[in-house]
Amino acid sequence: MATGSAQLDATTTPPRLRVAGDWTLAHYGTLERAVDALKSRLDSHTPIDLSGLGTLDTAGAALLAGLLGARRLSDLASDDPTLPAAQRALLQTVGKAMAGYVEPKAKRRHNTATELLARIGAAMENVWHQQVRLLGFVGLTLESLFRTILHPRRWRVTSLVSHVEQTGLDAVPIVALLTFMVGAVVAFLGSTVLADFGATIYTVDLVAFSFLREFAVLLTAILMAGRTASAFTAQIGSMKANEEIDAIRALGLDPMELLVLPRVLAMLASLPMLTFLAMIAGLVGGGLVCAMVLDIPPVMFVNLVKSDIGVRHFLVGMAKAPIFAFLIAVIGCLEGFKVTGSAESVGEHTTSSVVQSIFVVILLDAVAALFYMEMGW
Amino acid sequence: MNAVAKPHPVDNVIEVRDLVNRFGTQTVHEHLDLDVRRGEILGVVGGSGTGKSVLLRSIVGLRRPTSGQVRVFGQDLQDLPPEQRSRVERRFGVLFQNGALFSSLNIVENVAMPLIEHAGLQRPDAQQLGGVKLALAGLPAGAETKYPSELSGGMVKRAALARALALDPEILFLDEPTAGLDPISAAAFDQLILTLRDALGLTVFLVTHDLDTLYTICDRVAVLSQKKVLVVGPLDEVAQCPDPWVQAYFHGPRGRAAEEAHERAPFTEVK
Repeated sequence: MATGSAQLDATTTPPRLRVAGDWTLAHYGTLERAVDALKSRLDSHTPIDLSGLGTLDTAGAALLAGLLGARRLSDLASDDPTLPAAQRALLQTVGKAMAGYVEPKAKRRHNTATELLARIGAAMENVWHQQVRLLGFVGLTLESLFRTILHPRRWRVTSLVSHVEQTGLDAVPIVALLTFMVGAVVAFLGSTVLADFGATIYTVDLVAFSFLREFAVLLTAILMAGRTASAFTAQIGSMKANEEIDAIRALGLDPMELLVLPRVLAMLASLPMLTFLAMIAGLVGGGLVCAMVLDIPPVMFVNLVKSDIGVRHFLVGMAKAPIFAFLIAVIGCLEGFKVTGSAESVGEHTTSSVVQSIFVVILLDAVAALFYMEMGW
Repeated sequence: MNAVAKPHPVDNVIEVRDLVNRFGTQTVHEHLDLDVRRGEILGVVGGSGTGKSVLLRSIVGLRRPTSGQVRVFGQDLQDLPPEQRSRVERRFGVLFQNGALFSSLNIVENVAMPLIEHAGLQRPDAQQLGGVKLALAGLPAGAETKYPSELSGGMVKRAALARALALDPEILFLDEPTAGLDPISAAAFDQLILTLRDALGLTVFLVTHDLDTLYTICDRVAVLSQKKVLVVGPLDEVAQCPDPWVQAYFHGPRGRAAEEAHERAPFTEVK
């Protein structure tokens, strides 16, 4: 195959444009340079000789059209006898397509400072809109909850049970293992620090206080935010991208009732149970370290917990679980509904749902800690 | 490639031999044989669920057959090392049933992607050429920067065709290209395929339900039925096949209408 070429033959008068060789995608770079060099030197009356043209594909035809101008090309294609009919048809088709093709306008450039300001503004506005939407969605969820609660026939029990299995039961091993290990670490930490004061016995109080009040519920909620909020977003998001949500609406059904309520209720059931499990696992982890490192036998550990730690600490910890559960589930579902058509959007909103739910959980936990302290609980 | 292309040792660009495809206990293809000749437009028809798309996926190498052999350009894709396999795959253009455009890229970027990755073009060149291909496929000006989710079904089809044509492939696989297009666009689509075939010597493997397409552009038609290719040949021969499904297909009300339309105007230039 010979590389395509285009030359202005100055030996004839007027100068003649000779197009030769293979005009194909493989030679695109060379051909484009030749075309650019020649373009300005052609006028609309330059005679053109296409007889040396070898193979021609759509890329080559597009370049040729760029060189000659679409109108000239289709004139040429319709009456040049030196070209095979098939190539004439291709040139004509490409010429016609090029005639309708308008080069897209380049985007206007702004300077960096304005762009930065615009971006900050857009981000702030976005945060505000997100909060408004989240509040709206919380309201919508509560409203559909109260609406369906009166009609037991509309309860989606199967769906609910299946989601409890996925979000609750399937998460038991990871939650138990994680909190067990954190319990052990807290006990180690306590024993190291308290040993200087000869007060290693208070390691028991440290583990019990921290797990009942804070760590169990917080760790579980963060795990659920990573594990379940993302799953909710991805499930609902791909349904949205696939127009399944629209199909549900078109069938006269309510996506809130069908998709959101079972997930929110499943989360409300799972998170407190998992929190309870996390408390036990954390205490076991701490107890094990106490028994092995500090010579506090398990029986003594349990007795100390019973005598020193009031039941209110357990209740204070547990009280946060349903609130976290509701918010994590609602954020996960809402981000799912925000997905637009693309695969990229599913990823974006999944990330956003995890980040938002973890943020909300930690923020609320801090507020709750302040509140409990002021109340003296 | 040109219509007067270089001679090639094998005349059949695709050879399917003794192909068996099973999904669990369900057998889709049982000892299926099919040849596609260089430069022809082969229409593949068959009822829903007869494995037309599965056959297409087996040929382009997306599905490893349960047993049997698929040779494209005389090579079995499943046996090739990745580098060589990619070289063969570059000579395909595939238009998937639902377009399969990359949703995170706009459509001109979709078309430019193979040009940048495989033909080594610079981004501005690739995008310009991509714009031309989109125009060639019949997309209106100004649609280039839209994302696939913002397009109508017919526009997605055309953008996907432009991507399939990006590298000027030797074999074009089309899975129901005219489904979802209005009749005028469908006719223009047929015309475009014919022009490209004549100019570039394309081989086209066309899965379709569109009887007008079959009558207008297909050189041969293969009927998939009873887990194999029931009959393959020029359309008027295939239409004579006594099989009841074939009779119902070509001589039902729609088949007759398409046939009559074709006889009245066998070749209409679409402006």
